[in-house]
Amino acid sequence: MRNPLADKVVEMKPSGIRKFFDIVSEMEDVISLGVGEPDFDTPWHIRDEGIYSLEKGRTFYSSNAGLKELRMEICNYMDRKLSVRYDYKEEVLITVGGSEAIDLAMRAMLNPGEEVLIPQPCFVSYEPCTILAGGVPVVIELKEENEFRLTAKELLDAVTERTKILVLPFPNNPTGAIMERKDLEEIARIVEEKDIFVISDEIYSELFYHDEKYVSIVNMPGMKERTVLINGFSKSYAMTGWRLGYACGPKEIMKQMTKVHQFAIMCAPTTSQYAAIEALKNGDEDVEEMRKEYNRRRRYLLYAFREMGLPCFEPYGAFYVFPCIKQFGLTSDEFATRLLEEEKLAVVPGTAFGDCGEGYLRISYAYSLDNLKAAIGKLENFIRRLRAD
Amino acid sequence: MREELLSVIEKNSRMDLKELAVILGAEEIDVVNELADLEREGIICGYHTLINWEKTSIEKVSALIEVRVTPQRGQGFDNIAERIYKYPEVDAVYLISGGYDLLVSLEGKSLKEVAQFVSDKLSTLESVLSTATHFILKKYKDHGTVISKKNEDEREKIMP
Repeated sequence: MRNPLADKVVEMKPSGIRKFFDIVSEMEDVISLGVGEPDFDTPWHIRDEGIYSLEKGRTFYSSNAGLKELRMEICNYMDRKLSVRYDYKEEVLITVGGSEAIDLAMRAMLNPGEEVLIPQPCFVSYEPCTILAGGVPVVIELKEENEFRLTAKELLDAVTERTKILVLPFPNNPTGAIMERKDLEEIARIVEEKDIFVISDEIYSELFYHDEKYVSIVNMPGMKERTVLINGFSKSYAMTGWRLGYACGPKEIMKQMTKVHQFAIMCAPTTSQYAAIEALKNGDEDVEEMRKEYNRRRRYLLYAFREMGLPCFEPYGAFYVFPCIKQFGLTSDEFATRLLEEEKLAVVPGTAFGDCGEGYLRISYAYSLDNLKAAIGKLENFIRRLRAD
Repeated sequence: MREELLSVIEKNSRMDLKELAVILGAEEIDVVNELADLEREGIICGYHTLINWEKTSIEKVSALIEVRVTPQRGQGFDNIAERIYKYPEVDAVYLISGGYDLLVSLEGKSLKEVAQFVSDKLSTLESVLSTATHFILKKYKDHGTVISKKNEDEREKIMP
C-alpha cells in the first residue's frame, strides 16, 4: 500500500503540551494550574439564550458569515470598545473559535514561501497553520527584559522581502504580556513602511489589567486596512465549549476567508451564535466582574512569587503568569515533570510555547483563590527542597 | 478600594487582612482603616456564616410570613416593624411593596414553635390585619451560594 499521509502534516510537531497532558491524565489527585480556559461557568443569561434558541427550534445553518444580528452586535462592540467602525456586511466573519479564524487568515493570505513573523512564546497554532497554508514561519524570540513585548528592533531584524504577515498575539498566552499604545505605534510604523499585514489575535483583550486603556493595532493610523483582528467569546465570556470566535478585517481579505470557511465549515454553530448575541448585548458587567476576580488572583500570585523568591515580570493581560525558574538549574520540562511527580502540581513548561520559553513556566490563574493557595503551598515546598539540595 | 473591598468580603469575610491587601493591591494599614470606617459608618453590619443546618442533627424550621398591617399615623410602618423584629426568633423583617406590607423571616425549632409564634405573638399585635405563613421546604440557594452542590472542575487538566 502507498503511504496515505501528507508529508507536510506528518512532519508537523505535535503540541508540546500533549506529552504533559498524557502524564497528568494518568495521575490522581493532581492540582492543576495548567488550563487555558476560564474557571467560571458561562453567565446564566447567556446559556439561557442558547437553550431558548433550541426550544424555539432555531437549529438550522446560519448564513456562512454568521447571523446578521450577531455581526451587527460585533460591530457595535468594536465601536464601543475600540472606537473602530466595521461594516457587518463585508468586514465581519463568525468562526468556530478564534482558532479557526487564525487558520482562515493564513490560508486566505499566504502564497507558497511567503513568511509569517511569529513572536514567541505564543499560542501553539500560528506555526502549524502557517505551514499548512504553505507559508514559512519565522520566529521572533521575545525577551523578559522587554516584558515579552515585541520591540521595533526585533521586528525590523526579522523582516525580509518575503515577509507577508506579522502575528500579534497580545494580550499573550502564555506570558500575559501586553502591548501599550507606545509599543504599537512603533510596530505600526514598520508594518506600513515594509508593507506587511497583521493578524492580531486579541482573544484576551477583555482580560487587561493595566491602567492605560486597552488599544488595538487597528487603532494605529493606517493599520485597520491591513489587519485581520481576531477575537471571540471563549475567554471574555467564559464560553470555550461553545466554540465561537470572529474575525474583522478589510473586505478583500474577509471575502476570501469566508470562502474557505464556507467550504470547510459552512457556518459556526447556530445555538452558540444566538447565545453570543446575548453576551454582547448584556454581558459587559459579567466580563467586568470576571476581570476583577482575575486581577485579584494575579496580584495574589505575584505576591506569592515575590515571597518565595521566584522572579516574575508583572504581566498585565490574559490569565497567565510566566515566572522564571532559571535559578534552579533545571530545564522547564524537568522542573514541571518533577513538580508533577513530587507534589502532584501540574503547570506547563514554557517550552510548550516556543523554544525561547525555556527557563519559564506558564501558570494559569483561571482557578479560585483557594485552589491557587493550595497550589502555591505545593510550589513552595518543592522550591524549598530544590534549594536545600 | 471601598467598593471592591465590600464585594470581596461580602463573599468571604474570613480572608485575613494581609491577603485582602494583596488581592486589592492596597496597603494593609489602608485596608484596616477602611474596614474600621465601614463598620463605624454602619455599612458593614456584621460578619455571618452561612450554615446548611439540614446537614446537622439540629432541627430547624424556617418560615416566611406575609403580614398585612395598618400603618400608624406619623410612624408609618416603623413602629410595628420594630415590635416584630425585637423578637429574637425573627431573622429578618422587610417592608414590601405590593399585596402585603411586611415580610417576616423566622426560624424556630419546630413547626409547632413557629405556629405558636404566629398565632400567639404576631397575629395578636394590634395593627396586624392578617398573616400568611409559608414554611420553607428546601433551600436551593442562599446568599448567592448554591446549597449542597459541590463544584467539580470538569475542565481538561492541561490545555494550551
